[in-house]
Amino acid sequence: MDRIWVLAETAESGPTPVTLELLTAARAHASTVEAVAWGPDTASIAGTVGEYGATKVYDVGDLAGALPGAPVAAAIAALVASGDAPDAIFVPASYDGRDIAGRLSAKLDRPVLTNITGFAQGDGQLTTEHPVFGGTLVVTARFTGDGPGIFVVRAKSFTAERSGGGPAEVVAVAPGDVGATGAAKIVERHVEAASGPKLDEAAVVVSGGRGLGAPEHYALVEELARLLHGAPGASRAIVDAGWVPYSHQVGQTGKTVKPTVYVACGISGATQHLVGMKGSKHIVAINKDQEAPIFSVSDLGIVGDVHKVLPALIEQLKSRG
Amino acid sequence: MNVVVCVKQIPDPAAPGALDPSTHTLVRSGKLILDDSDSYGVEMALQLAGNVEGSEVTIVSMAPNGETSGLRTALAMGAARAILVSDDALAGSDALSTAKVLAAAARRAAPDLVIAATESTDGYTGTMPVQMAELLGMPSVTFAKRVSTDGTTLKVERQTESGYDDVECPLPAVVTVTAGVVEPRYPSFKGIMAAKSKPIDVLSIGDLGLDAGQVGRAGARQEVVDVSEAEARGSGEIVVDEGDGAQRIVAFLEQLKVV
Ligand SMILES: Cc1cc2nc3c(=O)[nH]c(=O)nc-3n(C[C@H](O)[C@H](O)[C@H](O)COP(=O)(O)OP(=O)(O)OC[C@H]3O[C@@H](n4cnc5c(N)ncnc54)[C@H](O)[C@@H]3O)c2cc1C
Repeated sequence: MDRIWVLAETAESGPTPVTLELLTAARAHASTVEAVAWGPDTASIAGTVGEYGATKVYDVGDLAGALPGAPVAAAIAALVASGDAPDAIFVPASYDGRDIAGRLSAKLDRPVLTNITGFAQGDGQLTTEHPVFGGTLVVTARFTGDGPGIFVVRAKSFTAERSGGGPAEVVAVAPGDVGATGAAKIVERHVEAASGPKLDEAAVVVSGGRGLGAPEHYALVEELARLLHGAPGASRAIVDAGWVPYSHQVGQTGKTVKPTVYVACGISGATQHLVGMKGSKHIVAINKDQEAPIFSVSDLGIVGDVHKVLPALIEQLKSRG
Repeated sequence: MNVVVCVKQIPDPAAPGALDPSTHTLVRSGKLILDDSDSYGVEMALQLAGNVEGSEVTIVSMAPNGETSGLRTALAMGAARAILVSDDALAGSDALSTAKVLAAAARRAAPDLVIAATESTDGYTGTMPVQMAELLGMPSVTFAKRVSTDGTTLKVERQTESGYDDVECPLPAVVTVTAGVVEPRYPSFKGIMAAKSKPIDVLSIGDLGLDAGQVGRAGARQEVVDVSEAEARGSGEIVVDEGDGAQRIVAFLEQLKVV
C-alpha cells in the first residue's frame, strides 16, 4: 500500500499509547504513514509521531469543547473528497475513535471493520483479524469495495516501536461546516484522582468481581494491588453495580490489559472479560467454583474463597516487608 | 417528546454462539430475545418520556425474519409502539447498512431523541448509532452514564478514560447508553397483556425507499476470508485451597520475580 492515515489521539503527556501502536502497525503495511490529530497544541506531538513513522500530521485544530466525532470526520472526509485519499485509515478503538469512525463511515459511505487485533497483507490487500466468542476463534476479513477502508483497532494489539524518523510536518486542515451534527459540547470535565500505575500500563493488575460479595471488600483488591506495585481493575458486573468507577473496567467495553501478572479475584471469566485480559503473560485466579471459565486461561488457579485467600495473601506479603 | 429506541433481537447469549460455516455470519436460528444491553435504553426512554407531557416511546428494530418476541418485551415494559423492518434482503447486513435502515425507520417517528446501546451483545461493532446520527444529521453523545433533558437540551455525563465529561447538546440528538445507567423494569403482567395489542408496523426495505443492493450481504462490501481456532491458552495448575492458597500464590509470584 502507498499510504495509511492514523488517527492520533492526544493526552496530557502526548500521543496515547494506542496511537503509537497504530503508527507502528501502519509502517509495516504502507510506504507512507501520516497522522490526523486535533486539539489546541497539535504541533507539540509532531516530534513523537515523527519518531514513530508519521511524516505529516493533518491538524484539525482546537475544537473549542466540541466532541471530536463530527468535526474530525468532516475534516478527513473533505481531504478525501479533494482527491487526497489514503488507502486505509487506522482508528483506535476508543470512545472518540469509534465516534469518528462511525461519522466518517456514513460520510464516505464506506463500511468499517472493528475490534481488529491484527493485520496481514494478501494480493496487495489488507486483511484484518478479530477475535470472536471470547477469543476462541479468529475471524480474518477484508473490504471488497472501494477504499479507503476504515479500520478500528483495539489497544495493545501491537507493540509500539520507534522508526527513528524526524518530526512530522504539521499541515492545518479546516473541519468545515458540520451544522447540527457538531453541536454536542463538553461543558465540564471530571477527572478521577488516581494514584499508582495506570491500569493499562501496570506490570501487575489485580481485578475484583462480583465474587467479592460487597463493595467494601474491594479494598482487599486495592490493597493487594498496592503491595504488588500494580493497578486495581474490575469486571463489568461490579462497575455496573456502582462499586468502582468505570475507568477500572477490564474487558471488551473496558480496557485491554497485558500485564506480566493478572490476578482475578471472584471473577467468573465471561468471554467479554477474557478478551480484555487474555493477553496477560501470567494469570492467577481465585474463585470458589471449580468450573469457572477463568480457570481455563489461568496459569495458577486457586479454588477457594476470596475472603480467606486474599487476607492471607495480603498478610504474607506484608510480613515480607 | 418523541423518543425512539433502537433495539436488537438476538439469540440467547446463554446459548453457545456459532458461525455459519458457509457464510461466516452468526447463526440466528431459534428464538430471539431482546438484547439485554437494549433494556437499559428502553428504561431510559420510558423515564425521560415520563418527565415530559405528551411524550411517546417508539421501538425501532430490524430483523430478516419478522421476529417480534423481543419487541413485545420492550412494549410490555411500556413503549407505545414498534416499527420492525423485516426483509429477506437484510440478511448479512453490516453496521452501516443497519444504520441506513434504522435511520429511515426512525424518521417515521419524527424523533426528538434516539437512544441506542453503546454496542450489541452479539455483534459489538459499536459504530451503528453514530453512523445513524450522521445519516439523520443529528449530533450524538456516546457512552452516556447519566442522561436528562431540559426543554430542548440534552444533558449527558459521558464516560471518558479518566472519569467523565458533562456534555450538552440541542435536540434532536442520538445518545448511546451503557449498561447500569438505570435499572430496567420487569414487564408487569398488565404490561405483558397490554403489549399484545400494541401496534407493530412491519415494513420492507422497499417501503423505506431503500434498494436491496444497499443492505444485506451485497451492501456490506466486506467479506470473511477465514475463520480459525485461536491459539489456545493452556490452563495451568488448578488447586483447591486447603489453607495454603495464599502460600502458593506467593511462591508463584516469587518464581516470576514479582515479589
Ligand atoms: C456487550 C457486553 C459487553 C461486556 N463487556 C464486559 C467487559 O468489558 N468487562 C467485563 O468484565 N464484563 C463485560 N461484560 C459482562 C460479562 O458478560 C459478565 O457479566 C461479567 O464479566 C461478570 O462479572 P463477574 O465475573 O464479576 O461476575 P459473575 O459472572 O457473577 O462471577 C462471579 C464469580 O465469583 C465467584 N465467587 C462468588 N463468591 C466467591 C467467593 N466468596 N470467593 C471466590 N469466588 C467467588 C463465582 O463462582 C463466580 O465465578 C459484557 C457483557 C456484554 C453483554
